[in-house]
Amino acid sequence: MATTAISPAAITMKPNVFSICLKETKYEALKCLRLPMYSVSTIVFPIMFYVLFGLIMGRQNIGNISTTTYLIAAYGTFGVMGASLFGTAATLASERGFGWLEVKKATPMPPFAYFLAKVVMSMIFSATDVVLLLILGTAFGGVHLPALVAAKLLLTLVAGSLPFCAMGLAIGYFAGPTSAPALINVFYLPMSFCSGLWIPFMFLPKFIQKIAIVLPPFHLSQLALGLVGAGNGGSSRVHWEALVGFAMICLGIASAGHQRDQKAHG
Amino acid sequence: MATVQAFARRPQTGELIAAKLNQVSKNYGAVQALKNFSLDVRAGELTAVLGPNGAGKTTAIKLLLGLVRPTSGRVSVFGGDPTALETHLRVGAMLQVGRVPESLRVREHIDLFSSYYSQPLPMKQTLAIAGIENLRDRKFGDLSGGQKQRVLFALAICGNPDLLFLDEPTVGLDVEARHLLWDEIRQLLTLGKTVVLTTHYLEEADALADRVVVINKGSMIAEGTPQQIKARTAGKKIRCVTRLSAVVVQALLGVIDVQDDRGTMVIHTSRPEDVLRELLNQDLDISGIEVAGAGLEDAFLALTQEKAN
Repeated sequence: MATTAISPAAITMKPNVFSICLKETKYEALKCLRLPMYSVSTIVFPIMFYVLFGLIMGRQNIGNISTTTYLIAAYGTFGVMGASLFGTAATLASERGFGWLEVKKATPMPPFAYFLAKVVMSMIFSATDVVLLLILGTAFGGVHLPALVAAKLLLTLVAGSLPFCAMGLAIGYFAGPTSAPALINVFYLPMSFCSGLWIPFMFLPKFIQKIAIVLPPFHLSQLALGLVGAGNGGSSRVHWEALVGFAMICLGIASAGHQRDQKAHG
Repeated sequence: MATVQAFARRPQTGELIAAKLNQVSKNYGAVQALKNFSLDVRAGELTAVLGPNGAGKTTAIKLLLGLVRPTSGRVSVFGGDPTALETHLRVGAMLQVGRVPESLRVREHIDLFSSYYSQPLPMKQTLAIAGIENLRDRKFGDLSGGQKQRVLFALAICGNPDLLFLDEPTVGLDVEARHLLWDEIRQLLTLGKTVVLTTHYLEEADALADRVVVINKGSMIAEGTPQQIKARTAGKKIRCVTRLSAVVVQALLGVIDVQDDRGTMVIHTSRPEDVLRELLNQDLDISGIEVAGAGLEDAFLALTQEKAN
């Protein structure tokens, strides 16, 4: 019996890839916004820390700038990291583990749209974090950043969120569906502390300062602090190179996880 | 029904093959999920793949969806590659899924999935066919089990596919919810869609299928219309204590299988009256006779034994 009796050319019109990516991102953002676990840990925590330790308690200067200015860069890095790690790793691990990714793979959705949506959604949350910190600092913390510096800070932090999105994908491919948030925190919180995001770098014990050099959040926070005049003087090129290198390693791990999934399925 | 007219895009006849597994084997490590399994899915028909848990039903569906690749053999859908975009544009699937993003509303899920296809159904029509108009604005996480299954069904049909895969669509549903979903599946068939459905309920295959394929341990053990399958499986079990040997009983007309259960003979038969008459004639001392309907497990056993013999 003929097997090709029904012509595969019956559909000539292709769906619009751009509009798929747009919808995928929109619903990814709505989905996460409605999950307190995500929206609280990525937006509320950095803002709350800033209000407590910056606006209420931070009356002195750190180095030659005000605490409120310093903390925009530090908590900005902290917020960006959280938004990126939770936005990619937690949802990917759960959707992989519980079979939802497979349901999507059975549709004509272009696979890159799925990942792009998570990354763009994380960047939107990252930008929200930084903008809120800037607004709060300017309105209530006596922060006076020129518009150009504020814009550079925002761009730097949002661009610097990409290595953490890559790290999130790597975790998402290896974490179990329910253990991912815990695993993220195992990396997120110690890394934040050792990179000087909570306690300014110069006040950290010497041995932690040495560890910090190999931690990506340290490099991103130094780029942000450099823009507001509180960096430790390192070359920004070196910081960017460290972040790009870290992103490459994470993408390699994520891609190994992807290959492993494909292999498991044949 | 006026609202579903546009849904019938291409009327198809049962003579054409919409999808095909040709001598397919699939191994997961040391586990062989399918062994030289062949399946022809005829266009415009509902093919039920019936089998116990772990029989290889889901693997067959995933091969046809291009989600897994065969270890050997060939898979084709609409004569082409099951992983191709052109194929996926004409296929819809309802898979078993542990968890669906719960914070999105029903209409949001449908809007997103519809956007993947080039000629999706209008939202209203998708909601109508799945019978979930009233759930439109509810969040997925707030739905009951039966409602969730119907939303997943809606996601499978929203792209107006020609070929639909339903992997155990009614598992875990109560009788009422199951019958509702059956009605929706029947509606698709009247619109000329091709459906492949896996189930471990003989009753479900009987209610919906044009053709039934019975599968166990990765191999096909029977194939036919529901009537044919039922005729082969709807047997009775006779238990008795007899001095007749298993070989003699096995030779009687209508005996499918004879087993010994601690001194009691268990006879699986398609013709219980004839077999009983012969037993009583041949063994005047026969005792402890019980006759019971054979369950589906027995039916599978019978079919498996038949195949082995």
